[in-house]
Amino acid sequence: MSDVQFEASIIERVAAATGPLQICGRGSKRFLYGRDIGDYLPVSMHRGIIDYQPSELVVTARCGTSLAQLNEALAERGQVLAADPPQFGGDGTLGGAIAVGLSGPGRPWYGALRDCVLGVRLLTGHGEVHSFGGQVMKNVAGYDVARVQVGAHGTLGVVLAASLRVLPRPAVEATVTIDASRADAHATVVKLGRRPLPITATCWVAEKLHLRLSGTDQGVAHALDVVGGERGDASIWSVVRDHRLPFFDTHTGLALWRISLPVAAPFPDIAGEWLVEWGGALRWCRTTADAEHVRALVAALGGHAHEFSAPAGFARVDALVGTYQQRLKHAFDPKGIFNVDRVPGMG
Amino acid sequence: MNALERARPALQKVLSAGSLIIDPIAKRPYESDGLTAIREQPGLVALPASVTELKAVLAVCRAFDVPVVPRGAGTGLSGGARPQKDGVLLGLSRLNRIIAVDPDNRVAVVQPGVRNLAISEAAAPHGLFYAPDPSSQIACSIGGNVAENSGGVHCLKYGLTVNNVLGLRVLTIDGEELVLGGATLDAPGFDLLALMNGSEGMLGIVTEVTVRLLPIPAVKSVLLASFASLESAADAVSAIIAAGIVPAGLEMMDQVATGAAEAFVQVGYPLDAAAILLCELDGEAADVAGQRLRVEAVLNAAGAVEVRVAANAAEGDRMWYGRKAAFPAVGRLAPDYYCMDGTIPRAKLASVLRAIADLSAETGLGVANVFHAGDGNLHPLILYDANSPGQLDAAVSMGERVLALCVAAGGTVTGEHGVGVEKLDAMCGQFDAPTLTRFHAVKSAFDPRGLLNPGKAIPTLARCAELGGMHVHGGALPFPDIERL
Repeated sequence: MSDVQFEASIIERVAAATGPLQICGRGSKRFLYGRDIGDYLPVSMHRGIIDYQPSELVVTARCGTSLAQLNEALAERGQVLAADPPQFGGDGTLGGAIAVGLSGPGRPWYGALRDCVLGVRLLTGHGEVHSFGGQVMKNVAGYDVARVQVGAHGTLGVVLAASLRVLPRPAVEATVTIDASRADAHATVVKLGRRPLPITATCWVAEKLHLRLSGTDQGVAHALDVVGGERGDASIWSVVRDHRLPFFDTHTGLALWRISLPVAAPFPDIAGEWLVEWGGALRWCRTTADAEHVRALVAALGGHAHEFSAPAGFARVDALVGTYQQRLKHAFDPKGIFNVDRVPGMG
Repeated sequence: MNALERARPALQKVLSAGSLIIDPIAKRPYESDGLTAIREQPGLVALPASVTELKAVLAVCRAFDVPVVPRGAGTGLSGGARPQKDGVLLGLSRLNRIIAVDPDNRVAVVQPGVRNLAISEAAAPHGLFYAPDPSSQIACSIGGNVAENSGGVHCLKYGLTVNNVLGLRVLTIDGEELVLGGATLDAPGFDLLALMNGSEGMLGIVTEVTVRLLPIPAVKSVLLASFASLESAADAVSAIIAAGIVPAGLEMMDQVATGAAEAFVQVGYPLDAAAILLCELDGEAADVAGQRLRVEAVLNAAGAVEVRVAANAAEGDRMWYGRKAAFPAVGRLAPDYYCMDGTIPRAKLASVLRAIADLSAETGLGVANVFHAGDGNLHPLILYDANSPGQLDAAVSMGERVLALCVAAGGTVTGEHGVGVEKLDAMCGQFDAPTLTRFHAVKSAFDPRGLLNPGKAIPTLARCAELGGMHVHGGALPFPDIERL
């Protein structure tokens, strides 16, 4: 089916909708949501790269393009999707990644997915298709509606295609592993974070701190001397990103929390097991602690918590922000067709 | 008695004497921002000294239906802070407190009137800096940077304002305070932070900004390459990126600009080059040394006539000094210049620069190009003499054609200066009516009565229809029920 045909069919579907529609990619992140509401609106067949100019550091692809395919195409030209969104179950589409808005282990250094979205083609609840943003990095024409789609969970419309900034793959990468308690590892990453070192990922799990260093030969060699430790296995980064460690197993009866905190904030007093990424800014916790208690402790430290293992367990916005979110939702989807109950943060 | 006159006693009541400017002479400095060609005497100027006073001003304006035009340091280049004669010009320059610099969390929390450079200065003792550095950074305020999503010479590596702001406190016109993000790397809910950046003060008034701080690079290295043609310089830009290098800055100046800069500040620029590139690399010493070798090789392979590597920081600063002085230097070539700001894909640099040169030949107006080549962000400076009849109009008309070239090349009408009032017409060419309607709906979601900075950033459909830029499909105007004047 051509782009024109696909868009015509989906516009018709949306325009004719009398009830809610649920936008479906490949369902790899379905577990994040609550009950199914509305008819399925499948988009995963709308796939493939539309335009890729390596010298522009920009790729434009249809929403149903799998992340694996996108990564492969970029790798062929020595480039990467720097935000490195997770591929749960080894699966996932570009559209799904944008809807959920999660970024990989390199986020503090390479930017989040929202940072690299330059433009989107968006189908709104009015049955209209718009281009917001564009294919260039610097662009301040009009409100930044493209970036707002990242993490909007498809509630503002269907992202039909998106343009993303990509980055050259570093010439050299090295992973090192250091034995460290949680407290020592935290102090180390906070201290290292203040220095201009080519660190591009950190993860503390099971009493070990893993660091990724990226850059030129000379730069990485120097940084290896500074940070010390043993040479480690680079596969840790995709394993952590895609939740393939036993730590992330959600069938244990323990709740898995995704906790976002200022990098140097102390650990909230929650009994459980921890995994710490992003130089301290992202902390995962497996615990039996009471959900509201977890949220309150984290909020008191200036952070927010998402009960990742619970359907619709997202971190919440306050009532006032919620009001404006609903108004924004109304501006793009006045009939409330898309992804009902998924406006993020509404508890 | 108009709304503003009715509101005046209430404003006098909530503001101390020095915080409300009524005298026409004293209001004059507020008639324009950095786009001085567009002026208007503001009805009243309010300069609240605290967030409490700011809230009170908004409450009065809301009660009396008085438009509010926010203003930072007034350095904006698109007329985003152009006042209204029946409105309040809300100056935020007195909210200039650095609330906190938190080196371990690598954030600074500041009020909107804090100058961009002051943040980096406050962070420097901790070995940290705030990355976005618009050329006006010595004077421009962080609140204005958020409003315009300002860029600078280091965007290529470090991103724009939106990529470096982690949190905002925003007052809506209804006086409600939205707390968006904070010191964390993400925030729950819709990314309203992204929406606020670049919204030109039309959705709310920023009262507090949390910015991300980065470690100051250990080493900077500057290279200057000269080229015999604009095309080869432009191709070298793409070649550097294609080689997998993301420099901290990658700037181009054409011969007119280098000549002007050299005459002004004598930094040793090659005057026979058709264009020069300035490339800055930063990071750890070893990393930078490795990158520098690769950049030199790429520049030579791309046909550079000469590649100079700054031997030390002082020489690097001197190379930059000419670039930073380029705008005032070009100002000496003609009585006036009109600074444009469009972005195009890098691959189109050579062809668009050529087309701009053709326009220059056609109109007889000189053009100097000094710009952020790595980002494809053009700043053609169109030279004219406002005292010569017709020249301002000719410059503006040529500017519109330059922006049309940018859109046709797959780019945008503004890379970093914002739309303000300057580019309202150009917006009609970039966006169709339904998309503009969605933008207006975003505005209404935050400010349904349209009191905040009315008439900026997004053109009305009527305006576009008048211009003839409306996308008419099959002979039918979109939204036939909307009245067009």
